[in-house]
Amino acid sequence: MVAPAALRVVRCGGGGRLCGARPVFSADAKYLLCASGDFVKMYSLGTGETLRLMGGHADLVTGVQLNPRNHMQLYSSSLDGSIKLWDFMDGIPIKTFTVGCKLLALYALASCEDSVFVITPKSGERDTFQLVSVKLTKAAGQDIEAKDLSVVLDGVDVSPKCTAFGREGEYVASVKDVNLQVYFFKRKLLNRFSVNAMKTKGGIHYFTCVVCHPTEDCIATGHADGKIRLWYVNFHHKREYTFSTLHWHHDFVLDLAFSMEGTSLLSGGVESVLVLWQNLSDRQKDFLPRLGSAIEYISVSPDGSLCCTLHADNRITIINSNLRLSRSIQGLIKSTDVKTGLVVDPRTKALVLNGEPGHLQFYCLQSDQQLFSLDIVQRQYIHQAGLKQVDLVKVAFSAQGKWLATVEEREEVTDPELQLKLWFYDEETQSFKLNTIINTPHDDHITDMCFRDMDEMEDDSLILVTTGRDCVFKVWVIVEDTDPEAQQSVSWSCDFVGSYHNYQATNCCFSEDGSLLAVSFEGTVTVWDSLTWDLKCTFCHPPGKIRNICFGRLTCSKYLIGATDHGFLCCWNLLSCALEWSAHLNILVLQPDPLSEHIAAVSWLSKESSLFVFKPNEPRPIYIQRNLCKEKIQLAAFVPRDEPETTDSEKYLWLRRSQLFFLTDTQELMTLSTKSLEERLTPSSKQLAVEESLPVTPFSLLLGKHRRQQSQEDTDLGKLVIHNKQEQDSPAVKELLHTPAHVLPSASFLCPIFIKSLLISKENKSAEEVADEVEMESEKAEDDSDEERDVTEMEQEDTSPSKLLGEITCKLSKYQEKELRKIRKMDYSWISAF
Amino acid sequence: MAAYKPVVVQAFPKLGEKITQDTLYWRGYKTPVQIKEFGAVNKIHFSPVLPYNYAVTASSRIHIYGRYSQEPIKTFSRFKDAAYCATYRDDGNLLVAGSEEGSIRLFDVSGRAPLRQFDGPTKAVHVVGFLSDKYRIFSGGDDYSSSLWDIPNGTEIISYSEHTDYVRCGCASKVNADVFITGSYDHTVKLFDARTKSSVMTIEHGHPVESVLLFQSGGLLVSAGGRYVKVWDILKGGQLLVSLKNHHKTVTCLCLNSSGQRLLSGSLDRHVKIYSTTSYKVVHSFNYATSILSLALSPEDETIVVGMTNGVLNVKHRKPEERKEESQKKRQPAYRTYVKGRTYMPKQEDFCVSKPIKRVLRKYDKLLKSFQSSKALDAVLEPPIRLHTPEVTVAVMQELHRRGTLRSALAGRDEKQINLLLTFVARRVIEPRFTPVLITVADMIADIYQPVVGQSAIVDRQFLKLQEAIGKEIDYQEELLEVLGMMDTLFATFTEKSAAYPEENKSNGLTETVETNRNN
Repeated sequence: MVAPAALRVVRCGGGGRLCGARPVFSADAKYLLCASGDFVKMYSLGTGETLRLMGGHADLVTGVQLNPRNHMQLYSSSLDGSIKLWDFMDGIPIKTFTVGCKLLALYALASCEDSVFVITPKSGERDTFQLVSVKLTKAAGQDIEAKDLSVVLDGVDVSPKCTAFGREGEYVASVKDVNLQVYFFKRKLLNRFSVNAMKTKGGIHYFTCVVCHPTEDCIATGHADGKIRLWYVNFHHKREYTFSTLHWHHDFVLDLAFSMEGTSLLSGGVESVLVLWQNLSDRQKDFLPRLGSAIEYISVSPDGSLCCTLHADNRITIINSNLRLSRSIQGLIKSTDVKTGLVVDPRTKALVLNGEPGHLQFYCLQSDQQLFSLDIVQRQYIHQAGLKQVDLVKVAFSAQGKWLATVEEREEVTDPELQLKLWFYDEETQSFKLNTIINTPHDDHITDMCFRDMDEMEDDSLILVTTGRDCVFKVWVIVEDTDPEAQQSVSWSCDFVGSYHNYQATNCCFSEDGSLLAVSFEGTVTVWDSLTWDLKCTFCHPPGKIRNICFGRLTCSKYLIGATDHGFLCCWNLLSCALEWSAHLNILVLQPDPLSEHIAAVSWLSKESSLFVFKPNEPRPIYIQRNLCKEKIQLAAFVPRDEPETTDSEKYLWLRRSQLFFLTDTQELMTLSTKSLEERLTPSSKQLAVEESLPVTPFSLLLGKHRRQQSQEDTDLGKLVIHNKQEQDSPAVKELLHTPAHVLPSASFLCPIFIKSLLISKENKSAEEVADEVEMESEKAEDDSDEERDVTEMEQEDTSPSKLLGEITCKLSKYQEKELRKIRKMDYSWISAF
Repeated sequence: MAAYKPVVVQAFPKLGEKITQDTLYWRGYKTPVQIKEFGAVNKIHFSPVLPYNYAVTASSRIHIYGRYSQEPIKTFSRFKDAAYCATYRDDGNLLVAGSEEGSIRLFDVSGRAPLRQFDGPTKAVHVVGFLSDKYRIFSGGDDYSSSLWDIPNGTEIISYSEHTDYVRCGCASKVNADVFITGSYDHTVKLFDARTKSSVMTIEHGHPVESVLLFQSGGLLVSAGGRYVKVWDILKGGQLLVSLKNHHKTVTCLCLNSSGQRLLSGSLDRHVKIYSTTSYKVVHSFNYATSILSLALSPEDETIVVGMTNGVLNVKHRKPEERKEESQKKRQPAYRTYVKGRTYMPKQEDFCVSKPIKRVLRKYDKLLKSFQSSKALDAVLEPPIRLHTPEVTVAVMQELHRRGTLRSALAGRDEKQINLLLTFVARRVIEPRFTPVLITVADMIADIYQPVVGQSAIVDRQFLKLQEAIGKEIDYQEELLEVLGMMDTLFATFTEKSAAYPEENKSNGLTETVETNRNN
């Protein structure tokens, strides 16, 4: 690559939203494949780890399906108009079929040879979509044009959930608004239905999703009023459909799934409760409540042992067949609104932002994993649309990460319910512990909050400042409790309340050494001495209110930077109390780098965001990146790198020690990187194995395992037998077996020899031991009977006499030698007789 | 899947007095017994020996009371005018008292007529006492003199005329038989040694000295005069250790408890304060009906006797140690049920099925978990929760409000239940910690049951009560705001920067209250 390559904007957080398509289990239910932004992600179900990230599509992936004829292969469709065939075990694309128009959903059927079904927009008409079958030719080569399209159904819904294929691909069911249409392939028959004709007790009852029974002629549809209807298709009378209703959900039914045998139905919705309808009846249902957020997709593994739910907040939950939670796969949880901003935890260097409702997620950027989720609100979250619930709005860490301050609020008509909580990091449990709760710290919303950032003085002079729309800023300090019986020794209390002309306080910021506090009140920035709380000076840049303020750092600590909502970026000198420079820029985000004097500012002008990096002491920016992205950038954060990156380019020096991350208003986390995508994706070298032969049923799986085990045992035994044979292949046994019975000596004589020959000797080692024994014995006891020794020596001779003797002779005394000689002279010819 | 999170009940820091060991100890007295004396009680002294009778000097009589008697068991009334300062000797056999006419009389406790009468002082003798060798008596009188008397001879040994005003208090050292101190209205406390011709130490108290006290060790001296109680170190030559100003009227009497760990002071401001002698902080205080003149504590702190200016003697006895009734011990499962199976170590091939930990939820939590709002509200309106832990009731109401089901939970109730709800709201709505939630509740109740107003007398009465409570609260808040405004003007007049005054309890949702009021 050419040396100073342009910085590129890279999505991080492992690709993007998972909600593009229904996830797919691999045939052996070991891996899970799902669409994630422009990528197809493969997770291991055992560990929850991301195994593969298959990239190649130029736009969002909209459908993922296993190849019905080869379960090692995968089809994926994308908005860029191509269908790709992957070998997902190795993560290589095999073929690319270019269709040419946007593909919004993908279906693959076992019964349809070499063709797949896709949903495409109808050419010429807006907002009408059709189900199209695409013939995938078996031509050679990587890139193939697939132009052989045939329309199956017209006027289908854009959502992939609204079309489903029935038993063995005999028919296709599709729903749109209040209409259900079923098309039979063989008879080329189209049946239309609408729920409009039926009586409904008010409420919205249009369709939200449809699934087909795997073995019977039954279609299940979900409705917006929370009902599930089961339609029984009668082939003989073409317009007679009977249906039954299941009702538990009180809001949209977002997805349905039949179990593999079709005996039960799973449904999920906004309530984030997974409902299992046993035997498709209303009588018996099981629940798995409190799954965290709305269930978008449900899919069931081919062997029926697992199912997984994909949630609206980018999380996958794996659930056992007996409705027990097995695992949760979560990367960056996308909450609807990141109110807390992007904050970096000084301890773990993790990115901290809103996670699940009421939780704070600590997201590790390196491993793309959620480190942990801290429950801040500690209240039951009710999953119900339109309910105002307590939400986390502000977060601040002290410099060392020892204290964490959080603000939660609940919108109310009269006055908001506010709580300021202070958490202390407990070294023992390695987690944050609640220290103080302050109810209604301000009378109105809290707009900003910051700790005095002083590394060396953290303990005694830690100060928290909150600014509120009630026109005051408050200073909170630690007070030590003198009462020895109190449970905790420190708590927080208000120390000072400051205000300025009854203007709303909007931002606050401490200077680097902590001596000055800048608080912006609408259009004015006030600077306060943090020791005496005296107002030192004020700055303003009319017209317009102050949107952001920050102090310069290190060599630029005498400057104060502010951005107004009238499109000015100003830099004031604190020593001369004068405006140093100003620039006409509509700055949305102002973010100082904690490790250097650089400040990043993101501007929004005519539908594009631009990034400016500058030092406060010179008005010329160091780096400008125009057209950062099309979306509005909401938040940004500098994350310190573990080791400084080595860049030779002067231009990117500001990226050396920390990395800039930013979050767009569509909740995409992006970063700037000099490396290309290929370098960033570290290919996993793991060899993945998928079982070639698949068991047909769970029973056969069980049986197969059993059998395999047995056969393995057999082979093991066989080995053992062979092993023994080698050992026992002694001439003694051979002789015994081959000599005629009438020649053999008496059984009582043969028996001990035979048994002895069956014993497995320990070869050399045992022989040595025996030899030692001999030595000892010979040393201590001369009066031992010769016969006894003879027996031991006999054994020696049996195993490896020559080596043994050599060893022994070098050590033995004369007497022993004599003895040995005596033994050697003895006649062993009777053994050879066997 | 996250487990169900129970309703968070807000814990509020406890306001007011903290309960310490001291408060528990000093609260352990029965309701006082009041005995009417003939005049102001100027001295109470406990006999140092069993049965701890006490001599009460009031007007011209000395009454001896038994421990639990409400009538005097003995009376010495041979005084023409007021008697002063009847004091027991260490062995409890003799009693000495001064008098208005100037004579000092020595009584045998079992006899009636005085054993000795020391005539000499021409003016009233307000303080007498035994030295610790038991054979000498010291006295101080209105003739400014402090004298020492010999009991066997009945003669004066020495007389010091160093004070320049009335001598009104004194105390003998328990360590040295020759040392005694007297306090005078000339603002000084003087320490005398019987072996020398003049005082050995003079301490300036700064106010007319009403009472002096020596610690058992003899090293520390406590003097009371004016509003001050001062502690002096005699061994350091009379250095002031600490000056206590906890009363707002003259301190008249001092007393140590039996262990010497606590110092008691009684004052004309009707309070008895108890100090710790290590930190000299007030650890407890008693209130009395009238100004206190004298105070005594029996050995073992069994009885506190306080004499008042209106002649009332207030006697408090310690409650007998409560024998905790061994409550019927619950039959607990045998030990073996706990250890059963606990010691089993699973083998490697064993498949462990862990037993799910059963979480015990409160009744209202169970109901909330299954979204039964009305029943949950019913559960927290049960008497034990409603009366003893109103914060739980309010927390559940708040939770229901968050879930948007408060209205339906409140609706559809009969007369009895509305009555209950309204009683609760009317009673608690003025508590600042409950106000925001209960205002909403009151609002909703008024909204829901507006059509039925006038159908039930009970409910109507409750509505009126609620209105009254809210009206009172509004008046109170207005007053508070006025005070706040006054304080603001005061602060504004300060030229130097004043520290930020703490957050005042601003009227919470005043407009809301008015609205509710109107609804009624």
